[in-house]
Amino acid sequence: MILFVEQALNGLQYGSMLFLLASGLTLIFGIMGVINLTHGAFYMVGAYSAAFAVLSTGSFLVGIAAALLGAGLYAVLVEVAVVQWLYRRDHLYQVLATLGLILFTNEAVSMIFGRRPPLMDIPPFLQGSIPLLPGLDYPLMRIAFIVTGALVAIGLWALVNHTRVGMLIRAGADDREMVDALGIDIRRLYTLVFGLGGALCGLAGVMAAPLLAIEIGMGERVLITTFVVIVIGGVGSVRGALVGALLVGMVDSLGRAYIPQLLQLSLPASAADTLGAGLVSASIYVLMAIVLLVRPNGLLPARR
Amino acid sequence: MSRSAFTRRMIVAGLASAAALPMAQSALAQAGASAPVTIGFITTLSTPAGYIGEDIRAGFQLALTDGKLGGVPVNLAIEDDALKPANAKQAADRLIQSGVKLFTGVNFSNVLAAVVPGVLESGGYYVSLNPGPSSFAGERCHRNYFVASYQNDAFHEAAGLSANRLGYKRVALLAPNYQAGRDALEGFKRTFKGEIVSEIYTKLDQTDFSVELARVRSLAPEAIYQFHPGGAGINFAKQYANAGLGKSIPMLIPAFSMDAHMVGATGDAADGIYASALWTPEATSPASKAFVEAFRKAYSRTPTMYAQQAYDTANLIGSALKAVNGDLGKQDEFRKALRAAQFTAVRGKFSFGPNQHPVQDYYLMKFEKRPSGEIVQTIVRKIAEDYGDAYAAQCKLN
Repeated sequence: MILFVEQALNGLQYGSMLFLLASGLTLIFGIMGVINLTHGAFYMVGAYSAAFAVLSTGSFLVGIAAALLGAGLYAVLVEVAVVQWLYRRDHLYQVLATLGLILFTNEAVSMIFGRRPPLMDIPPFLQGSIPLLPGLDYPLMRIAFIVTGALVAIGLWALVNHTRVGMLIRAGADDREMVDALGIDIRRLYTLVFGLGGALCGLAGVMAAPLLAIEIGMGERVLITTFVVIVIGGVGSVRGALVGALLVGMVDSLGRAYIPQLLQLSLPASAADTLGAGLVSASIYVLMAIVLLVRPNGLLPARR
Repeated sequence: MSRSAFTRRMIVAGLASAAALPMAQSALAQAGASAPVTIGFITTLSTPAGYIGEDIRAGFQLALTDGKLGGVPVNLAIEDDALKPANAKQAADRLIQSGVKLFTGVNFSNVLAAVVPGVLESGGYYVSLNPGPSSFAGERCHRNYFVASYQNDAFHEAAGLSANRLGYKRVALLAPNYQAGRDALEGFKRTFKGEIVSEIYTKLDQTDFSVELARVRSLAPEAIYQFHPGGAGINFAKQYANAGLGKSIPMLIPAFSMDAHMVGATGDAADGIYASALWTPEATSPASKAFVEAFRKAYSRTPTMYAQQAYDTANLIGSALKAVNGDLGKQDEFRKALRAAQFTAVRGKFSFGPNQHPVQDYYLMKFEKRPSGEIVQTIVRKIAEDYGDAYAAQCKLN
């Protein structure tokens, strides 16, 4: 039972990270109709900015600021310099351009920061574990990650539903020509959403940096899972991204924890291990396929 | 129709190669005394694993003096494979066509598998400076194929012996679910005498191991053996320490799961990890000390094991080039000189087994934090002496 709670917390933490990445991606996709493959690169830029800020100042808070700024500004730069010119083009152009940007970003980061993966330690106030239940100590850093995800979810909900910018974002997602016709500078709104998406990636980057390796190409690894999340949740919907992220996080974690063990009950050990590993790798895609069969637009699509 | 086009193409190809033959031979003849020997050097210089290729190139070039290897002028034709077997194959074919006969540099087993057959079919030589996959070590061994690093399985077998020596009875194994991962665990199981509590396969691109770590804690083994190369290895070690497991359950790894670069990114989490290894920058032999000093002086960083292997390979090639005075046309002599391995290896003892894979000493090492805060890899004890590999008996050379 304790083990199950721990694995569920692991799922929650993974979901939290996926939500930080997916919420920005889903807004960009939903509002601008742009398939932004560079999204993972923003996450990497955030992690690198944070690591080098922390290495030079020693303060985790400065690291957070650097990650938000670095990734946010880079996202704005990408939007203004490249993506802006492709809104009216076919998806293929966007995919090609943003794929090229991934390669560009990877090389640029390795030229600026070097190939050696930088080290970022867990900040002292988040080190160690705390007892949540008798017999269950959970690392503080991961709890902080879950809390961050929850705060961002609340913040985004308030932003989207209770502010003027949020109103414009929702309006833009529904009918961008109409918003434009009403005299709103849609270009600026797009740039803003891109920057917001980038900053959220940066936040994911700085929170993940002490737990994961900061390396070139770390963004591409999470990108596909992030797309799975927004497809499951429904493109363009932040609520969908939240539900999708939690679902994918849970299925992945609990699948990894229990599928091999369940198979071992019925199959010989070696076959169970191999089959289990395969099933585990496929679990989130199976989930996506089931969701798409039942609800082709995702669980909570943005209203059209 | 298609058949006649096919035969026509074959005739053209045949004519072309027939025409190229005398040219290649004359090129070989010229290579005799003064013309430099070109060494095809295909390695991984881009992608996240590019630092390995950089270290390999740096280590190899360090062995050159005034562009000469064993007193013979050499010319390195360096190509980046970007970790893609197809790229490497193309580069190799191009070099083979331009008459290159001697190849080395490849860094990954899957890339090696794409390069080696073509090189050997063209009558060239391949000397591996890192991977030693089982596929070329047994029945498919070849008289022109040498591995100067290690046979892949032997590393994991040495780890199994280390676990025996450390007195572990119950061990949990973790590796990514792909060929090298499964081979690693098979190698370990071949020599480990205790009980395997569980074999946990992770996803190849996995970055977070919290789920597996929770399972390890619940299984409570005496130790774990894990093989996760590159970024995944850094993640694993960091999260293992963060979950508080580092203190209660010791971790044993093959050395390439924690090279000098990775230690830098892992920090204190590397403290206390056991590794099965061939060499450490801390080794005290004069050859090793001289190498580490020269490398630090030339590149202002500590060499990884990849650099050391490349350096040893370069010196091995140098010893053979010297024996034939740079004339690769003297095939039997060149092969014989390579097989004799008359060079001073940085790692210590080195000789070739019957399948032209190394017979050498494996060590149990431990990552320890110095009072200065630096994490270094120190030798605990020699774990296997003059250790070959499990495939040598299947190889029918000579």
